[in-house]
Amino acid sequence: MKLALVTDLHANREAVSAVMAHAEARGAERFAFLGDFVGYGADPGWVVDMVREHAARGAITVMGNHDEAVVQGPRPSMVAEARRVVDWTRAQLSAEQLGFLSTLPMSAIDGDMLFVHANAYAPTEWGYVVGQADAVRSLQASDRRFTFCGHVHEPRLYHMTATGKAGAFEPTPGVPIPLSPQRRWLAIPGSAGQPRDGDPAACYASFDTTSANLTFHRVPYDAEAAAAKVRAAGLPESLAQRLIDGH
Amino acid sequence: MATEGATAEGEATPKLPLEAGQVIDGFRLEERTHQGGMAQLWRVTRVGSDDPLPLIMKVPRIKGGDDPATIVGFEVEQMIMPSLAGVHVPRFVASGDFTRQPYIVMERIEGTSLKARFDAAPIPIDEVVQIGAKVAAALHDLHRQHVVHLDVKPSNIMFRPVPGETYGDAVLLDFGLSRHDHLPDLLEEEFELPMGTGPYMSPEQVQFVRNDPRSDLFALGVMLYHLATGARPFGAPTSVRGLRQRLYRDPVPPRALRADCPPWLQEIILRCLEVKPALRHQSAAQLGFDLQHPEQVVLTERATRQARNGSLQTARRWFTAMGAEPAADASAVTQTARSPILMAAVDVAGAEPHLLEAVRTAVQRLLHTEPAARLACVAVMKTNRIGMDELVEKDGSSKHVNLLVQLKHWARPVQQAPAAGRAAHDGRVTFHVLEAPDAAGALIDYARKNQVDHIVMGARSSGGLRRYLGSVSARVAAEADCTVTVVRAAAAKAEGS
Repeated sequence: MKLALVTDLHANREAVSAVMAHAEARGAERFAFLGDFVGYGADPGWVVDMVREHAARGAITVMGNHDEAVVQGPRPSMVAEARRVVDWTRAQLSAEQLGFLSTLPMSAIDGDMLFVHANAYAPTEWGYVVGQADAVRSLQASDRRFTFCGHVHEPRLYHMTATGKAGAFEPTPGVPIPLSPQRRWLAIPGSAGQPRDGDPAACYASFDTTSANLTFHRVPYDAEAAAAKVRAAGLPESLAQRLIDGH
Repeated sequence: MATEGATAEGEATPKLPLEAGQVIDGFRLEERTHQGGMAQLWRVTRVGSDDPLPLIMKVPRIKGGDDPATIVGFEVEQMIMPSLAGVHVPRFVASGDFTRQPYIVMERIEGTSLKARFDAAPIPIDEVVQIGAKVAAALHDLHRQHVVHLDVKPSNIMFRPVPGETYGDAVLLDFGLSRHDHLPDLLEEEFELPMGTGPYMSPEQVQFVRNDPRSDLFALGVMLYHLATGARPFGAPTSVRGLRQRLYRDPVPPRALRADCPPWLQEIILRCLEVKPALRHQSAAQLGFDLQHPEQVVLTERATRQARNGSLQTARRWFTAMGAEPAADASAVTQTARSPILMAAVDVAGAEPHLLEAVRTAVQRLLHTEPAARLACVAVMKTNRIGMDELVEKDGSSKHVNLLVQLKHWARPVQQAPAAGRAAHDGRVTFHVLEAPDAAGALIDYARKNQVDHIVMGARSSGGLRRYLGSVSARVAAEADCTVTVVRAAAAKAEGS
């Protein structure tokens, strides 16, 4: 089965549309949305509805920290700018849409795959997997062969042997990577809605569950249009500019 | 990840020891052809298939249940082999993993490995050169597929028969230590000792660098040295200390061991064995080019060296090697791509001066952007298909030599340009006159044999005879394997102004 892994959509309709079209054209049969559907971008309602529709048809969905913040209201610890985005987003969403976000699970398991937004060792605390040590900690907290997570916006692939030796890899877009059955893997597809590695093209990954081939993708989209909407909504200018810069 | 399910042949749960007649995932074991320390090889057939492709199954030998090096090496080979294509690798067919029975089924290459020739070393110089050029072509093809082999040695090289050739195409085996630019390096975290085979390991491999294609050229240099002299340049060390000696201790020059080893071959071999990758040939194709054009090899101090360095110099180099960290900025494809072979096909005798100048300008521009490129300047001397050729001009001089002189004259401004100055100095500009009845065919063939990346040539001129004969450039552009730039001179404008 061809599974498309999409994460950190961040209310970016233009990016998410481009990713969905790319995945569907390549025969994606099922989707997994790994959290942070809202926050930063100008189209939270559209993105939540899109995820909901797919969830109703069997897509895997998990909660992200931005989704949680929008459901619960801004925390006192948040900086003023973040608080403003959360308040604005909350105001855009219907009770139904907020209700959907509030029911998202923290993690999901399907066969030998674990799906979680941040990490497997403390999913509700939103710690980032930013290196081999974090990846090992997460892999050891789960007994699944494959962990798919988001939260970190840059695409990465980590692997660990039975003896606990781990490696990190920065993937090349479009090259299928056979995930060897002799080790366990943690993959971060990279952000669809707010890429930060210097390339503004949207990220996602596809996983063929039969051959265990994982492919990272970059999909160029109309980032100028998405940025213009962020500005028009009165959201912080930095959030518009970073879509264009990819930083 | 096995590609075939169990068959109706009464398959038992396969595990070692394997026996002839046993069926694993639809492959019947026919005969064990090799029993080595690392793996068994079985000739197999696919049950119920009449595909004529001969097959072999490689089964890793796991010592004592927990042998990370073998397991990871096998994992690496399983990962890399399916991504490879072409005549220089065995075709991948199927694989099975450690949860049941680990194996790789691949195309069986007929014949024996190159190891047999090493037992006979020293062998004739012609043969050394021929083997070197064949292996260089195979390595270049591998590097272009983003893979550095990192375990090039005689037992990992076989030859695929080609009608009319003594050796055929070199085929590289065993990708258990290889590194693919675009796939995770599963061996990286296993690093505690350098990985490779003692006699052949490059200095940078000894220092844990695993992404430089020039490491494979070092290993090929060790093989050429061994074939030419019967001795190994760095012995067969088994300790890290022994391996590190190659960072500061020179090999004995081949000519000191074999007097009839030509200086140009010593030049090539010692260049392969340079400690710094930047001092070696910059791509396997450039090494292959030198092996195929001995007369064009620029001889340096390496060619005439008679003994290894003295103890003082060795001590100095030992001290430098102590703190040296090799640069790790290369990758198979970037290194190979930035060291292209350019070919200027120049009709020095026939083309109009302004076209010759335009071709030269185009070549200069390319050399300016590709400072590590080699430039081969080629002219074709037309010969008759049938009958005797006039090989001398009316004044008695040789046609061949005259063309060569004109070609060099044409290239002078290219060599004097600052960007190409360095290239000219270390032999990266070479000259070739091909004698052939069919110019386009000769150029295409030359480009193919020498792994040329880019041909620059002039367009057909407007003369009536040319039109009648057809365009050489059009055929080269259509049929060559590489990029072709056809240069047209802005003649009318230039001359009218």
